Amino acid sequence: MNLPDDLKYTKEHEWCRMKGKRATVGITDHAQSSLGDIVYVELPEVGDVVKKGESFGVVESTKAVSELFAPVSGKVVEVNDPLADAPETINEDPYEEGWMIQVEVSDEKELAGLLDAASYGKFVEEEQA
Amino acid sequence: MRYHPHTEGDVREMLEAAGAKSLDDLFRSIPAPLRLNRPLELPPPADEITLFSELRRLAARDDVQHPPFVGAGAYPHHVPPVVDQLLLRGEFFTAYTPYQPEISQGTLQALFEWQTFVCLLTGLEVANASMYDGASATAEAVLMATRITGRSKVVVSAAVHPEYRKVLATYLRSSGDRIVTVPFGPDGRTDLAALSAAVDEETAAVVVGYPNFLGVVDAVPEAAAAAHAKGALCISVTTEAVALGLLQGPGALGADAAVGTFQSFGNPVSFGGPAPGFFALREEHLRQMPGRVCGATVDKLGRRGFVLTLSTREQHIRRERATSNICTNAGLCALASTIHLALLGKKGLAELARVNYARGRLLSEAMERQGFRRVFSGPAFNELAFEVGDAEGVVERLASRGIAAGAPLARFYPDDPKLRGALLCVATELHAPELIDLFAKAVRS
Amino acid sequence: MANPTGWKPDVQAGVAHAAQEEVGLGHATRGLAFEEGLLFERGSRGRTGVSLPPRGSDADPAREIPVALLRPEVEGLPEVGELEVVRHFTRLSTWNWGIDTGFYPLGSCTMKYNPRSSEALARLPGFAELHPLAPPSMAQGALELMYRLERALSEISGFATTTLAPAAGAQGELCGLMVIRAYHVARGNPRKKVLIPDTAHGTNPASSALNGYQVVPVKSGEDGRLHPEAVRAAMDEDVAAIMITNPNTLGIFESHIAEIADVVHAKGGLVYGDGANMNALLGVARPGDMGFDVMQFNLHKTFATPHGGGGPGSGPVAVKEQLAPFLPLPLVVREGDRYRLVTDPAERPRSIGKLREFWGNFGMFVRAWALIRELGPEGLRRAAELAVLNANYARALLKDAYDLPYATDSLHEVVFSDKNLKPTGVTTMDVAKRLIDHGFHPPTVYFPLVVHGALMIEPTETESKETIERFCAAMRDIAEEAAVRPEAVKAAPVKPVRARLDETRAARKPVLRWTPGMKVE
Repeated sequence: MNLPDDLKYTKEHEWCRMKGKRATVGITDHAQSSLGDIVYVELPEVGDVVKKGESFGVVESTKAVSELFAPVSGKVVEVNDPLADAPETINEDPYEEGWMIQVEVSDEKELAGLLDAASYGKFVEEEQA
Repeated sequence: MRYHPHTEGDVREMLEAAGAKSLDDLFRSIPAPLRLNRPLELPPPADEITLFSELRRLAARDDVQHPPFVGAGAYPHHVPPVVDQLLLRGEFFTAYTPYQPEISQGTLQALFEWQTFVCLLTGLEVANASMYDGASATAEAVLMATRITGRSKVVVSAAVHPEYRKVLATYLRSSGDRIVTVPFGPDGRTDLAALSAAVDEETAAVVVGYPNFLGVVDAVPEAAAAAHAKGALCISVTTEAVALGLLQGPGALGADAAVGTFQSFGNPVSFGGPAPGFFALREEHLRQMPGRVCGATVDKLGRRGFVLTLSTREQHIRRERATSNICTNAGLCALASTIHLALLGKKGLAELARVNYARGRLLSEAMERQGFRRVFSGPAFNELAFEVGDAEGVVERLASRGIAAGAPLARFYPDDPKLRGALLCVATELHAPELIDLFAKAVRS
Repeated sequence: MANPTGWKPDVQAGVAHAAQEEVGLGHATRGLAFEEGLLFERGSRGRTGVSLPPRGSDADPAREIPVALLRPEVEGLPEVGELEVVRHFTRLSTWNWGIDTGFYPLGSCTMKYNPRSSEALARLPGFAELHPLAPPSMAQGALELMYRLERALSEISGFATTTLAPAAGAQGELCGLMVIRAYHVARGNPRKKVLIPDTAHGTNPASSALNGYQVVPVKSGEDGRLHPEAVRAAMDEDVAAIMITNPNTLGIFESHIAEIADVVHAKGGLVYGDGANMNALLGVARPGDMGFDVMQFNLHKTFATPHGGGGPGSGPVAVKEQLAPFLPLPLVVREGDRYRLVTDPAERPRSIGKLREFWGNFGMFVRAWALIRELGPEGLRRAAELAVLNANYARALLKDAYDLPYATDSLHEVVFSDKNLKPTGVTTMDVAKRLIDHGFHPPTVYFPLVVHGALMIEPTETESKETIERFCAAMRDIAEEAAVRPEAVKAAPVKPVRARLDETRAARKPVLRWTPGMKVE
């Protein structure tokens, strides 16, 4: 399981990378591999406001639909539009090219509630057991 | 029993293998008080000869000696024998939904062809694998429009089939969506001024018939423009799909969705069902389309093949958040339509539509010769309403002569005094010119 | 190994190498198959496959209809002759699997033999050519048939009355929930929630949502059954109904149904029965006698009307007396020796209205009635008995080869899983595809969701002992093959006209219709 150390994770299998006040958000390697081939992704638009723990979009494989939950609250400032035509990027490169949205974080205190790589890895193992 | 292959010996051996003492013992998990302790009260078993004589006797009590002169949502057309003989290939009619695509390519390719026919005839970009019928297809299209627009009002022409409007009302009862019905004018077309006035920023969809229930070719381009001006969708409803061999596809006229039934292609009227509902749509709304859909792909060896696709919209995956609860649809009826449309082809469909138009004119002339004027002045296809005075009386009188005469419009529009004596009649390729003349005379005397 | 039948899987003598020898245990060979393009890719300008009469009038449509609304022809339609059409669809049919081809143990779908009598009878002109708006005096035969079928279905299910209107099982569910909602509304409160066990069909939650109800899942117990305590915990006065399939999708009878119904009724809720699995109960037990208030039939399952590659179905809904006023229109009634349809809401002011155009899928009514008439009370009960016997026989022949997640008694279907195959890397999907090479339609796979890697087998009563033995031999053969040659299982199917299809590609780049020059690569 590929879990970069510089990221924060959620129990809903999203990751979040902070740069200043800006968070880049995607789904984890574990999430993409359990979903299988991703065929469709529905993302918010720039300017939309997302709220921590609430749904901001949907990813679909041929057999499953999964909601995307925001790891942090804030305004969407960038969306990875090319995913619409190439959702397979999420399978191929979940942490870099497969990022989904960038959010201007409204409350940095929320970051404290997120998991680090080690605790997320442990969480996934327990979930599978 | 010819359908139950088990010999007594088989039953004995199988029970032993299954560790059960008797057939009754197999049901031991059903608590005794919940079991039925008597035989069902039904007629005793019938052998095949008795069965046929009984059902033939029943069928003979239905009077079908003449082709009906009533359409009103179910159209009498010739079904070429090729259609039924191919439908009876067991590989088609005894198959289920193509869950295993490798051994369902026949059904799947035929569905792909059906979807293509629906798109070509409606002038729209995508279509699903069929709906239960035209009425529920209309209701599902409206529900879809409310999802797409996030609005809750729907403006429906009174000239849309009254049964379809009733079904729509049933489907919308629990959603809180509102239906506003706009009247039709003396030409039988939707009253465009009333329509424009009714459409507002709350409107999800405008629904018009094409041709409409009154047999009139309604003003789809104008209705679409009125819908689009306020950001609503335009849904066109077609019950007599043969008309699409003469008329422009509604998609080319601005409709965003086209629904209805393809019963006219390859499906007998069969006392009202089954028949294939169709659902066509602009591609941008594809993800909101209800029902199953077939798509092309390749197999592991790179050969073209077909699968059911985009199934994440559907109930078996999305459950309570699905675009619809529809599961089984009308696959075999859609196949019948596909075969009939294949036989017709470009030339045949164009000609069939023109024969139907011509027969409508013959009916109109024959009725006028008997002194019955047309109720609506708008352009018609093969179905027309005539002022006959006592419409119910005419229907009753002609029934005694073995003719299903037409649909009295007062049944559907009881509050419209202008329609009190109106009889809606159809003439198709089944109604030879001489028969049409005889019919008009019979209505008179 | 307990094997009272004396039957043994013949691993050495060609069975394990069935695919190589090109004969599967279902006697499948590769046969002769043709490639066949789309209709739209064949033909030649000017051909047609129909014979039409002269128009009879030279009236010009353009004089009446605005020219902008006319088209000379529909662009893109094929131009093919009658033989080409016949050959096209005949060839397509050979790519298909039907009950007529071979064993079709698709769980929860009840793929029983579709009698040819029923087909012939539905095509009698008095039925097929009867217009739905023909006056009742011209339609007495059809109306009597509907009346008799309605009475029979009410008797078989133990309810007061039945509507024949719904077009399929899922529309029956929608109808049943609308009736439930109308009943609650009439009592002053539509209520908010519907309880649905985790073994339910996906149509149940979807139908509830369409009725504006919030879905509350209820967990089944370790024995695969729903328990009264679980229902009691979820039950309150906001619950409109519980939807229960009995036997459930594990093929297990919900033996606590009466107590569960009491729990639900005590709080004013109603019990909805999904009749998808009614085949197990014919003449043996009646949902109306065990606490259900409403249930839908699936005539295409229980009464052998053809599944048609995905419909048409027919989903009559039976209800208790107290719900009868809310049923949709029409209803068929007998008045003396005459029959008629009640279509006027004034006669049934509390009706939920209309669910579909006209009166229902009448063609299916003829077929279902023909089967009920031929089987009679004894034959219907025999059908249930043999359906349950067949499922239990399959269970006995497979239980030591595949994991049986629930040891509870099975009725008409049995659910296995791919758990034992895990070390080999072979999955349920692989088993399903390998069965095709042997000449069997796979069972329902990956459903119900409560079983990981489910294989849900429903043989139905019309299959013989030998067919079930051959199918189980193939299942066992695949389990053994998985241990020694998993790659062969994973490569399946090799015999059909197409190998495994790329569903990901179909969903990522949807091609849903033919267009000129279409290429799918």
